[in-house]
Amino acid sequence: MAARTLFEKVWAAHEVVPETADTPAVLYIDLHLIHEVTSPQAFSVLRSLQLPVRRPDRTLATLDHSTPTRTEQVFGNVPIVLDDAAKQVQAMQRNCAEFGVELFDLRDARRGIVHIIGPELGASQPGTTIVCGDSHTSTHGAFGALAFGIGSTEVGHVFATQCLLQRKPKTFAINVAGRLQPGVTAKDLILAIIGQVGVGGGTGHVFEYRGPGINALSMDERMTICNMSIEAGARAGMVAPDETTFAYLKGRPRVPTGAAWEQALEHWRALVTDPGASFDKQVDIDASTLTPMITYGTNPGMVLPIGESIPQKRGDAVFDKALAYMGFTAGDAMLGKPIDVAFIGSCTNGRLEDLQAAARVLKGRKVAAGVRLLIVPGSQAVKREAEGLGLAKIFIDAGAEWRESGCSMCLGMNGDTVAKGKYAVSTSNRNFEGRQGVGARTLLASPYTAAASAVAGRLVDPREML
Amino acid sequence: MQAVSLIRSRTVVLPAPNIDTDQIIPARFLTVTTREGLGKQLFADWRYDAAGQPRPEFALNRPEAAGCTVLVAGRNFGCGSSREHAPWALVDHGFRAVISSEIADIFRNNSLKNGLLPVVVDDSTHAWLLEHPGAEVSIDLANNSLNLPGRAVNFRIEAFARYCLLNGVDEMGFLRGKLPDIERYEAARGW
Repeated sequence: MAARTLFEKVWAAHEVVPETADTPAVLYIDLHLIHEVTSPQAFSVLRSLQLPVRRPDRTLATLDHSTPTRTEQVFGNVPIVLDDAAKQVQAMQRNCAEFGVELFDLRDARRGIVHIIGPELGASQPGTTIVCGDSHTSTHGAFGALAFGIGSTEVGHVFATQCLLQRKPKTFAINVAGRLQPGVTAKDLILAIIGQVGVGGGTGHVFEYRGPGINALSMDERMTICNMSIEAGARAGMVAPDETTFAYLKGRPRVPTGAAWEQALEHWRALVTDPGASFDKQVDIDASTLTPMITYGTNPGMVLPIGESIPQKRGDAVFDKALAYMGFTAGDAMLGKPIDVAFIGSCTNGRLEDLQAAARVLKGRKVAAGVRLLIVPGSQAVKREAEGLGLAKIFIDAGAEWRESGCSMCLGMNGDTVAKGKYAVSTSNRNFEGRQGVGARTLLASPYTAAASAVAGRLVDPREML
Repeated sequence: MQAVSLIRSRTVVLPAPNIDTDQIIPARFLTVTTREGLGKQLFADWRYDAAGQPRPEFALNRPEAAGCTVLVAGRNFGCGSSREHAPWALVDHGFRAVISSEIADIFRNNSLKNGLLPVVVDDSTHAWLLEHPGAEVSIDLANNSLNLPGRAVNFRIEAFARYCLLNGVDEMGFLRGKLPDIERYEAARGW
């Protein structure tokens, strides 16, 4: 058999009907993750066609996007402030009950951001296909799964048939040499990759992140990388599973045990790109040369090393508009820019290692006067672990707000927003205009940079606090 | 889904590249459980001021934009979130086609499922369209042809999506027709 890439192996194993000139492939979906924002319209389609969810056993539901993060609203009797958000949560509860889909409800100990809980449960496994009505589904590619975001109409297709009609995407190798230096994180690496590839550079392609710089990363770090594939236009990003992957998965609730585990391992070990397999495109990057990164504009591709100044681009009206929105001027140094808010959390950086990084900076320090630091764990399990390890105490002692899990200030659907004109250093994934609130100005960065800047009250290179 | 064949309109132009779905419809409007009526929130933060009044300078608010069904946008339109609310809002506002030199994958897929025709053209055609807002164009899906004043260019569109658009059918029926294959696949994998 011809040499194949990891993507091609996973794709081929899920073709129910291969594509032809006239019709796309019928692709089988092993795991369908759903949340309250993009599923209600799909449930309505099922209802109008009088169809069931065909494989509720391959469907997993959680509440994350429009859910409150204040403990008294999640576990007390304080109602959800936003009326529409409350209705959406109730619709999800009704839909899942009616169609027999397992829902991790508001007070369930297993609840969390959809892309955090799939891996935590061991439901996100190598070689599987995973979809969700959310563009950051690419996160699960860290396990060697083919995982991508879909729209609500396609959510309905998966409900009814467990399949999607798909054209086969092209392949794109992101070759990462070298090791990240201390204080430089996976977040900085993916921001640098997006800066190099461009925000539309991956359109039509599936990334495979590979090379020594990737192999050296933990699963939490690989998830951060794969998470932001979509910010370079790629629907999916993958990392070949290895011993790090298997060690992470072993013993998790939905992972096979005993002989079935050995069998799974044998299958998973074959999920690597064959020597000699070719990619449609590739880029090379050396992780060892990177420093902490920061965005300065209104898309994740407008990014630079934190010690540098905003470039000059004469005659570029779009660039000028982005800087005007941010209240910056070409030539400005990024270090020393005052900040109002720091947000640590999201499906990009809401896992335990991210909180450990923040705690390393915050231990024994205080958030600067006038700065709000919001720390939102990615799941209730992450929250419990962080509390058990004493991280939550470090955060609270530093003056941070410590919340229940959810998407929170990444997109501000639940009311956790940044005020107009204010600057937020955020560990989330998008710095689009208005993403964190109308007129909010987002600076994307690592948990180290967000925590250190919260302490300083201005943008700083976190390595001076490590 | 309504069948699409010939779309004839003047264009409305939003020349910025990388217009993301958070601009097309901001997240705070996603707390709905239906797909109708989102047109009034289309480009909300660009279209309305803080008091909710239309900004007269924004392209969609100009008198000549009334009734236009073709949007021309800068490169990489629709990037970002997978929210299908973006094409729902565009369609609800009255748009039937979006033309750009590159359209983001998930947005393009979502558009095709809602009768919103994503038309990807070459850079020089795109540049001409960006420079000529209000140009009279027609899009002939049956012939894969975009007709501009004095010339026509061909565009490519995925064959099955084109079939669905021309016939006003959705993919659900086709997929459900594959259930025997799907069952065989599951049985073979012991799934």
